[in-house]
Parts: sequence; C-alpha cells; structure tokens
Amino acid sequence: MCIAFPGKIVSIDDNRAVIDIEGTRRDAFLDLIDEEVTIGDYVICHAGFAIHKVDEELAREKLALLRELTDHEVY
Amino acid sequence: MKFIDEYRDPKLFNWLLAAVRKRAGQLNRSITIMEVCGSHTNAIGRYGIRGLLPENIRLISGPGCPVCVTAIQEVDAALFLARQPDVLFASFGDMLRVPGTKRRSLEKERADGADIRVVDSAVECLDLAQKNPDRQIVFMGIGFETTSPAAASVVKTAKSHAISNLAVFSVHKVIPPAIDALLSDPLLSVDGFMLPGHVSTILGTAAYSIIARRGRAGVITGFEPVDILEGILMILEQIISGDVKTEIQYRRGVKEEGNPAARRILNEVFEPADSHWRGLGMIPKSGLVFRQEYRGFDASIRFDIPAFDSQDASGCRCGDVLKGIISPPECPQFGSACLPRNPLGPCMVSAEGTCAAYYKYQ
Ligand code: SF4
Repeated sequence: MCIAFPGKIVSIDDNRAVIDIEGTRRDAFLDLIDEEVTIGDYVICHAGFAIHKVDEELAREKLALLRELTDHEVY
Repeated sequence: MKFIDEYRDPKLFNWLLAAVRKRAGQLNRSITIMEVCGSHTNAIGRYGIRGLLPENIRLISGPGCPVCVTAIQEVDAALFLARQPDVLFASFGDMLRVPGTKRRSLEKERADGADIRVVDSAVECLDLAQKNPDRQIVFMGIGFETTSPAAASVVKTAKSHAISNLAVFSVHKVIPPAIDALLSDPLLSVDGFMLPGHVSTILGTAAYSIIARRGRAGVITGFEPVDILEGILMILEQIISGDVKTEIQYRRGVKEEGNPAARRILNEVFEPADSHWRGLGMIPKSGLVFRQEYRGFDASIRFDIPAFDSQDASGCRCGDVLKGIISPPECPQFGSACLPRNPLGPCMVSAEGTCAAYYKYQ
C-alpha cells in the first residue's frame, strides 16, 4: 500500500499530470507537491498523487560517488 | 526503469555487502536493526538480504505495515460501516482480507452483499460520490504519512465542491510516536532504525529527533537492494563512531525538510489523537482525527458505530511480530493454521506484512 514509484511527467492539465512509468500511463495529482514541476520532470507518486520531485542532478552525483568508491575498492 | 534499475546493480550490491561485512567484523558484539516499513520488509525478503548479512547483524521488522497495525476494533467498525445499506464502501485492496473478530473480513462482507469497491487512490471517491448521488461513499482512510495527505487533499476538494455524500473512516496512523513507544519498551533492544523512505518524503528528518536522543542510529533508506545495503552500512558507521543522528540514504526521494506543502494540507484537515495499534496498544497522539471544520466528513460521526466486543484471533502473535519480539516462524500458527490465502492475523495478509513476506520468501 505504501508503494511509491518514480515516473516521468508527460503532460500537465491544471492540477492533474499524466506520468509515464515504464510505458504505463497514470494520473498523478499535483496538489501535494511542494515544488514547481514541468513536463520531463521525474516525480515520486503514491496512491494517485505526486509527493516529491526527484532532484536528478543530486541523484546522479550520489550514484557517481558510490560507483567511484567501488572502483577504488576502499573495502 | 530510471531511478530503480541503477539501484539493483550487482556490482554496487556486492561491494556494499563486502563493506557491511568488514564493518560488522569491527564490532565486537551483535546488533539489531529494525526496519519500520513494510516495503523494506518485502524488499529484504525478496532479495534475500537477511541471509547474506554477517551473523552479528540481526534485522527485525517493526510496525510498518498499515493494515497490520490497524486495531481489531477498527477493522470491526469498518466491517460495520461496509454493511450499512446505503453505503458504498471504498478501500485499498490490501484491506480486503484483513480479519476482524471471528475472521470476518471486507471480502466476506462483500460476498454477503455489501457494496465494497477497491480503489487505488482516494481521488476515485470523488468520482464515486458524483456518480452515485443516492449513496453514501465511505472511504477507509488507512496508512501512514505517505498516504494520509492524499486523503486530506480529497476531503478539501470535497468540501470546496460541496460534495456531501462522501465520508472518511480515518484509522490513519502517525509513525514517530510509534517509534517513541518502541524505544520505551524495555523488552525491545534495537541499536538502529532503517527509517521508511516514503513516510520521510513527507516528514523529513526532524520528526525523528527522539531516536538520536535515545542514543540510537537512524537512516532514512530507499527500497532497492543497493539502497538497503547502503542504509545498513550507514547505520553501522553511526554505531561504530558513536555519532548517532538521523541521516538520509534515500536522497532521490527525501529532502531534509520533507514536503511541507503536504504536511500543511494534512494538518489543515486532521489533527493528532490517541490511537490504538495492534500489538503496541494505545499510543498518545499517534492517530489522525478530523479537525472541527471538517468533522462533517468524519464517518465515525456521521454513522452511529456501536462498541464491539472485538477479539483478536486466539493464537495469533502479530503483536509480538510487530514489536520485533519474535520472528514469524516462531509463531506456532505460521504456515499451518495461518497462510496467506486464509490468514489468521493481519501480518499474513498484505504483501507488506511481516508474516506474509517471510512466508513468501522463506
Ligand atoms: S503467522 Fe499468522 S497467526 Fe502467527 S503472528 Fe503471523 S499473522 Fe498471526
């Protein structure tokens, strides 16, 4: 029930966005999101509502850092 | 899938596992980490993480599955509401097989003629209300902070559109007071908490300050295998260094400050109230009731719900499972009298339920 998924916004009509999750389209209401979102943004959706805008830059940096650590085999 | 597949990378996973093993070797004792989210329980089972960890790291599951912690009185009240002749009862699918007293359930009420619809979102209730003007739509408002803001938003919309045939039966629960209650339980010894990713999307880190104050580690963790191992590694680092705090592993899903807009809507419609949790009992300010201005939407006010002589199934040890005191296979009913298709207790029902997750992946 608490499952939430990242999806990409493909259209926005007022407070209702359509998001794409691996080719599946779903409605995601924007009433709860606290940031401006536009088409192309990734949002985390739960039970029909977008609840978070994914900061792609931050996610990429963090993953790159982890990959770098593994390449240098600190452990 | 973007933001998912990268976190299933075997190379990262194996490196993190080696790191966890090395760090665990530096501890000269055993530690217990509790995951407080049913989706973590499910992912840990699915990826076999429990079996891969070194022996001195024990993972236990806490009260993180909303249908599991719903008190039996609340289930019985929901069954009563669903039976009312003019009611169209809308519920998330997970709730349907949760047993009330005498193993009644929404599924059984539906077989006996109650009008019960499964919805994926509270928003669907607005549509149901408009299409069924002669019926009372009652939405089973269940879930933690991830889910409750959506119910609040729908109630606000219903109010502004003057939709009067919609009510919510709120058994929503709030996570931090439950963690506080667990920390006060002398039977429980937990060294660190794997904190729920999507509850924290709403709450942020501040809500968990009690954990560090009580000297325990806390890491808000995502749901993919790489997330979970990194979360465990971060908990270990905190324990080894002694510098305990609430950290975020799941950066792509959680901001420090959480989602203030969602919290604002939640707090506009609901206020905290004492609530009864299965297994944990009454916990102060751990539930959500309607604020004065929105009481017209409260199903427990609109309908005259009688007091029930509710009784948990005898022999079900869900309460001990939810507190991490026993693991599911230690329950004598596990896999015999209690199976996913005919559950004795709620922990065997939902995919997020600890007993169901153990049964599926054992
Ligand atoms: S196995 Fe079944 S009876 Fe035992 S604690 Fe879990 S839900 Fe209850």
